Amino acid sequence: MQIKEKSVFVFAEQVDNRITPVTFELIGKARELAEQLDNQVVALLLGFKVGNLVDELIEYGAQSIVLADHIELEHYRTEPYTQMITQVIEKYNPEIVLVGATSIGRDLAPRVAGRVHTGLTADCTVLEIEEETNKFLMTRPAFGGNLLATIVCPTHRPAMATVRPGVMIKREPEKNATAEVINFDGTITSNKMFTTIDEVLKKGLSKHDIQDARIIVAGGRGMKTVEGFGLLKELADVLGGEVGSSRAAVDAGLQDKSKQVGQTGKTVRPNLYIACGISGAIQHLAGMEESDFIIAINSDPTAPIFHVADVGIVGDALKIVPKLTEAIRGERGV
Amino acid sequence: MDFNLSKEHLMAQRLFRDFAVNEVEPWAEQTDEEGRFPFEIVQKMQKLGFLGIPFPKSVGGQGCDTLTYILAVEELSKACATTGVILSAHTSLAADAIFLNGTDEQKEQFLRPLLDGRKLGSFALTEAEAGTDAAGQQTKVTADGDEWVINGSKIFITNGEVADTYVVFAMTDKSAGTRGISAFIIEKGVPGFTFGPTEKKMGIRGSSTCELIFENCRIPKGNLLGREGKGFGVAMSTLDGGRIGIGAQALGIAEGALAKTVHYVKERKQFNSPIAKFQNTQFALAQMKTDIEAARWLVYHAALKKDNSKSFSNEAAMAKLKASQVASEITRECVQLHGGYGYIQAFQVERMMRDAKITEIYEGTSEVMKMVISGSLLK
Amino acid sequence: MNIIVCVKQVPDTTEVRLDPVKGTLIRDGVPSIMNPDDKAGLEAALKLKDESGAHVIVLSMGPRQADDVLREALAMGADEAYLITDPAFSGADTWATSSTLAGAISKLDFDLIITGRQAIDGDTAQVGPEIAEHLQIPHISYCEYFKIEGDEVIVKRQFEDRYQILRAKLPALITALDEMNEPRYMTPGGIFDAYREKEVSVWSRVDVPVEDENIGLKGSPTRVVKTNPKMLKQPGTTIETGVDEAVQFLVDKLKEKYIL
Repeated sequence: MQIKEKSVFVFAEQVDNRITPVTFELIGKARELAEQLDNQVVALLLGFKVGNLVDELIEYGAQSIVLADHIELEHYRTEPYTQMITQVIEKYNPEIVLVGATSIGRDLAPRVAGRVHTGLTADCTVLEIEEETNKFLMTRPAFGGNLLATIVCPTHRPAMATVRPGVMIKREPEKNATAEVINFDGTITSNKMFTTIDEVLKKGLSKHDIQDARIIVAGGRGMKTVEGFGLLKELADVLGGEVGSSRAAVDAGLQDKSKQVGQTGKTVRPNLYIACGISGAIQHLAGMEESDFIIAINSDPTAPIFHVADVGIVGDALKIVPKLTEAIRGERGV
Repeated sequence: MDFNLSKEHLMAQRLFRDFAVNEVEPWAEQTDEEGRFPFEIVQKMQKLGFLGIPFPKSVGGQGCDTLTYILAVEELSKACATTGVILSAHTSLAADAIFLNGTDEQKEQFLRPLLDGRKLGSFALTEAEAGTDAAGQQTKVTADGDEWVINGSKIFITNGEVADTYVVFAMTDKSAGTRGISAFIIEKGVPGFTFGPTEKKMGIRGSSTCELIFENCRIPKGNLLGREGKGFGVAMSTLDGGRIGIGAQALGIAEGALAKTVHYVKERKQFNSPIAKFQNTQFALAQMKTDIEAARWLVYHAALKKDNSKSFSNEAAMAKLKASQVASEITRECVQLHGGYGYIQAFQVERMMRDAKITEIYEGTSEVMKMVISGSLLK
Repeated sequence: MNIIVCVKQVPDTTEVRLDPVKGTLIRDGVPSIMNPDDKAGLEAALKLKDESGAHVIVLSMGPRQADDVLREALAMGADEAYLITDPAFSGADTWATSSTLAGAISKLDFDLIITGRQAIDGDTAQVGPEIAEHLQIPHISYCEYFKIEGDEVIVKRQFEDRYQILRAKLPALITALDEMNEPRYMTPGGIFDAYREKEVSVWSRVDVPVEDENIGLKGSPTRVVKTNPKMLKQPGTTIETGVDEAVQFLVDKLKEKYIL
């Protein structure tokens, strides 16, 4: 399909030749938006020797691909990426550009929006096209997650939005889908805004990303110690789930930041979320309240977590969790 | 007459409150249970200039005022009465005595290190035979060449074993009664200056309270603070300021107990209701709140008066008298409102009740306060 | 070395509660604080001042009462403070806010600009990078640690699964994470100085070089069309009981949900 003006672009984030999962979620949502706008979804892929990633993007719903393959784009840096994307936007005049709200996306999108002089709405949880008016409505949490604000970008184009991982839903992959791939021949000019990457240090990557987990057993400050979190790990193991954490527990050194659920951590929507010793500050709720079934265990009957819990137990998680683990082992005959 | 705290006082209050909540409160129980002097907290306070709050920058202080210092004692005491008195004894008694009576050289040598966070101060007046009858000093000092030689002992001295610089009162001329008492600055480590055992107390258990023993302790002539024979006046005028500090400590203790109690009565359910819904509880809380506010304005007013007026003894005495009575009464009531839990250490109000009592006794008992106040009425 | 730190006064959103009955925000009595990421940025600047005598300027765009956070910054040790305030600036989205701040900053000498990664009320993380774009200087965000070497800033930049050590030529902008450090307390003397000895310079519309079409509500490419407090879920069942009963209750629920 030829790319017309006013299409819906999705920035296809890739790191080390692997597409970041949020990209597929955005393509899923972009397809809905594009349909209502009677246009198409274009995935914008930047990198160096990343042509092989195009197939996956098409499988998950991209209807065209703009591929900008350039050595300066091998590893993400703000300025070369901004230059390239600006050129793409100037050429194709998209209506909407969606970017994943990752640590790359939240760095790149504002720089692009600034260069192109357009509006950018961050961390959107709902994106929709208003029926009669065709207005693009972007809804996001604000005020620490206490408010939902709906935002529009009336005149500037493209309307840009970042979306957190785990919020939108990706399509079922279509193995037979096809799409046009355009090799974009942009220029990158070195300037004073270029940064240099001296070194890359990998963190100890946990194989278990909580965003993929269907069951999460999360702990807060109420679990008190690393041993307390050990109890949660046992429960998670017997349920086949992952351990998550509130920010307070991460700050107290009880868990790694990769396990943090919440406004400044990860957004999760597992089938089952068990919150142990978590008070339920709004920032935490923002990261997990879309879970299908929420169980909360806290010794403070006034803890806000009980407002979102489907089942709440007022009690000491340190006592209840090990007994629950035992009971489940019994049920499963383990 | 503006009863509002200024912006700078409000910000200072927030600073002290944040510090108390983050750095002091988590240790209050342990300080009490182990009777342990909170060295780490004192070091943090020293680094932030808390030990020199009301003194001018020219002598190494923070350049604030007495009210700011009082707010610090209050906020610290809400969390831990021990920490409050450490600051109070250091500032109002030791440091102020030197500030008000010292020569420029003495201020440079002894006061500056107290204020800029290097040293801790202590004030030694009380003896085994000289409590309320402070004039009955037995510790003797004789001149010997270019030195003074001190013999005797002091008891119940706050910051006793942990301080660096001591303001010590002794008798230079027994025949002259109160006119024979002089004040001296003595530093730890001087030969002949040792310590007796640290007292085990009912409350403020982390405060180092102990006996100072002087046996032919020699100090330089230049360590006489103020004029010879004028020591009693130094003691009395310094204690006036100290009483405002203790008033602030008592005020803080009372507020801390009330806050814990308000939280408790909202949570505790009996007869299917939080006990906060019972009028008995509500009326008790109302009375306590009112008493605290009355004490507050007496204490703050005394602080303002100290900075603006030559004489403030009366105001200081009334502030300490009222605030200490309020602290004792309120903490007792707070234990009662907690029921059985009030008797349990983990709920902390029993500690506050034990801490409160001393505010009616030291730096001049409530009886002495009444002597001062009636004295001025009946002049 | 001149460092400009942008700080924002924000309501302490960790203290905001939802009224469980009405489902509305309880905003009364919520204290205002210096945004935590910004405070970390300020602390980093003050550390540089301690180590090498850097000159620290703090800037805030906001209503008049934002004076409080500037005084707090002065009390912590900042050297100069500017309050950018004018009705013409209000209603600004991140484009207009960053344009206004960039305009103000362009009047000052700087080697490094530090902003917080994001504010706890807006949560966009956009203003820092947009300021850098307006000023056409490099920016590095998600800074967990940085140092100055000669005419460059070297930053440990946080990603989800890795760190990069990045270098940029000064003048540059970095956005600070509140994990960077433990900000210092103010001192009592610092507070008195902040109010009695130091000044907060107030800049209004006429003092800031920025085009009308880039400021305030009119200059904002995005606008808010409505806000709703978070809808509360239907309350579930909460019980308070002994450990064994609680465990049995949970096991039954898990069976109900086909998890067991």
